[in-house]
This record gives sequence, C-alpha cells and structure tokens, in this order.
Amino acid sequence: MLRNLIRLYSRPSYAVWDRCPSVFQGGQAHLFTLLGNSKAYSSATSERKKFYQDVSISQGDDGLFEINLDRKKLKTPGGKLFTVPNEALAIAVATEWDAQKDTLKFYSMHLTTLCNTVLDNPTFRDKDQIITAALKFLETDTVCYRVEEPSALVELQKNEWDPVLDWIEKRYNVVIGSSCNIMGPQIPEETKDTFRQHLGSYNFWALTGLEYVITQLKSVVLSFGLVNRHLTVEQAVLLSRLEEEYQIRHWGNVEWAHDYDMYELRARTAAGSLFVHLSSESSTVKRKLLQD
Amino acid sequence: MSGLPTISCFDLFASRSRTNWRLKMAALTSPLRVCRGILKEIRALKGPEYKQTLAYNYVLDQFRKNQVSSERYCRAQEEALHASQSYLCLLTSTRLNLALHKLYHGKGERGLEEAAGMVGLRLPKQPGGKGWEK
Repeated sequence: MLRNLIRLYSRPSYAVWDRCPSVFQGGQAHLFTLLGNSKAYSSATSERKKFYQDVSISQGDDGLFEINLDRKKLKTPGGKLFTVPNEALAIAVATEWDAQKDTLKFYSMHLTTLCNTVLDNPTFRDKDQIITAALKFLETDTVCYRVEEPSALVELQKNEWDPVLDWIEKRYNVVIGSSCNIMGPQIPEETKDTFRQHLGSYNFWALTGLEYVITQLKSVVLSFGLVNRHLTVEQAVLLSRLEEEYQIRHWGNVEWAHDYDMYELRARTAAGSLFVHLSSESSTVKRKLLQD
Repeated sequence: MSGLPTISCFDLFASRSRTNWRLKMAALTSPLRVCRGILKEIRALKGPEYKQTLAYNYVLDQFRKNQVSSERYCRAQEEALHASQSYLCLLTSTRLNLALHKLYHGKGERGLEEAAGMVGLRLPKQPGGKGWEK
C-alpha cells in the first residue's frame, strides 16, 4: 500500500515560500530543518518528468476527495495523503495535473500549491498567527498609500482607489482612510478588531487562501473587495498595480516583465479567490415547493 | 452582475492595445460567455478529446444546474458566476503566463566555457597541468 503512494518534492509546492517573507516569523527553526533535509525545495522553477497518464478523483471513507495519478494516490510534499474537502476543488486540482504535458510545471499549479500549504502547514502556524500576518498588510495597504506627484497619478489614485475604500468603510462600518505620509494612515484599533473578527469566521482552508490573496495584492481592502464579489480578479489586480500601469502608459510596456508579472499575479489571485470560495461553500440544493 | 462598479481607468488605458482584451475580460459577465470561455480553455489544455475530461463535464453540469431560477436576486447564482469568472481568469492567465515563460525564461546557468565563448574568449589551457593535480 505504501508503495502506491507518491511523494512529490518540489519547492513551489507551498504557497508561503513566494513573495511573503513575513511568514517565516516564528517558524524559522522548523523551516530550516525542512529546507535542510530536502534538496527538492531548492529551485523556484523546478520541473519533473510526467510519470502518469490518467488523472482521476475518488472519495474516501471520510468523505474527503483524493487525487489518483494512474492508480496511485497523490501525496503532499510533507508525505501526507492529498485530500480536499469537496468535489469542485478536487476536480480543479485534478485538471491542473491533467493539464501538464511532458514535464510537471509545479509553479503553474496554484491550487495544488494552496492545498499542499493547508495540508502540510509548513510554517506551523495556527489560525491566529495567520490572521495577524494578514492584518499586518492593513497597516501598509496599497490603496491607503497615495503619492503627492505627479498630479495625473494623484488623480488616478483618487478616482480608482477612493470608491473601493468608501465601499469597504461602508460595508464593514470601519474607518481606514488614506495618507500621503510615509508612515501611512493611522488605522484605529476598532477597525483591526472588526477585520480580525471577520477573518476569524473563515475556516483554516479559506483563511489560508484569503491570506494568500492579501499577500499577492498587498492589500486587505482589495482582497475583501474580491472575496465579497465587489471586484473581479481582473479589477482587483489592475487596482493593485495601478501605479505600475500608470508608468507603463508613460514609458511603454515590456512584455517579459510587465505582462509576465500581470498574468502571474492574476493567476495567483484568481486561484486564491477561487480557493476561498470553494473551501468556504457548503453546497446545498434547495428545491422549490410546488404550488397548486 | 449589476453590483460591480465600472472602472474608469479602463477608458484611461484604452489606448493601449493589450487593454482591449483586458476590457473584454472585464465585460465577460454573461454566464454563457464565461462557460464557453472555460470550455475553450479546457480544450486548449487537453486538445480534441477535451470532452472526456472531468472538468468539462463538471463545468457544464454546474452551469446547467445554476441556469434556472426565477428569483429576482439569486445569491447562489451570483456567487457561482463570480467563482466561474475567477476560474476562467485562472485558466487564461496561467496559459498566457506559461507562454511568456516558455518564450523568455532562461534555460539555466551556462557553463564556464560556454559563458566565456559568448564574448569570444577561451579558457586558458595549461598543457602540463596546473601543478596541484595528482
């Protein structure tokens, strides 16, 4: 039975490794043991030869869904059985594996990465630590930092960011505000408490996804806008990259940098947002009562 | 989805060519178009036999299930539409990102000799060895 299990080592198998150095706080000692005993975490773009043909899903006795590559069960890099709570997520992950051609490009499998992160929890964080890490982004929220010049960018930021800021202040009944100062706006404690409470209402899976979105967009405000369906992924990413877009308009677009970044950010944000949706939903079918 | 704000920077950036499809993406609000978009992406991933995939059947099934509702405001439907838009965005962006990756990403470090050769240099050779070899 054990021989039927596949363990896949690769660095980008966890979502916390990229773009977010702050998560290493508190987990450092563990992290180095993790890194020390597996050379497989070494490269950002590690690929591996594809070793399977068919991808299917199956439901275990506990109701959780598993991924089967040919006749073997997929495992996480940490060695656990790869299981997800619902069919939709299982199919989305299976599709990622099915989409690989000759080599497995782990860096393009964002949903798999997120699931691995939840299952293995490589930085050994609990819910409170994740919430604290996520809320740190509120203090330096992208949409709260404004420039003073050039005037066109000042106006652009005002026109594009103010509506989202207004929306979130009304939606959650909080005060956030914006600032041109390098110290950023003074966020009241009540605001943080409100968001702490809201983040606390998510389960561990959804919270991991939401924190991932926040670290990608560098904004709690935009992330809440996204998971509340106030913004689409494209809009949230555009707003997160507003200054870059402005500079591109001035200085021109470089495909291998700007477009590459944008598509990557979109893919990651979309994966995170979908992950939040899929892990917090409880699918129910309501039938209408027939009226005579 | 009427609750979405219209973002005016789309107009601002409309002069740039790549914003045209960006504009189009944002306008993809009808469920039918999103559904077609996703199926197209699955086809791009899997080729002609894409109809046999898990995702194809599941997506089609979900869109059919969510289709019928006479409610004025159907929260579940709106949720499903937003999620499917995100999924379409995930598939599209991953495809485009991989295409750029393939085009531009380096193939790894070059060897010493190869690197020297690029600028027209050759590594020195010492016929008698360097002295410390056994």
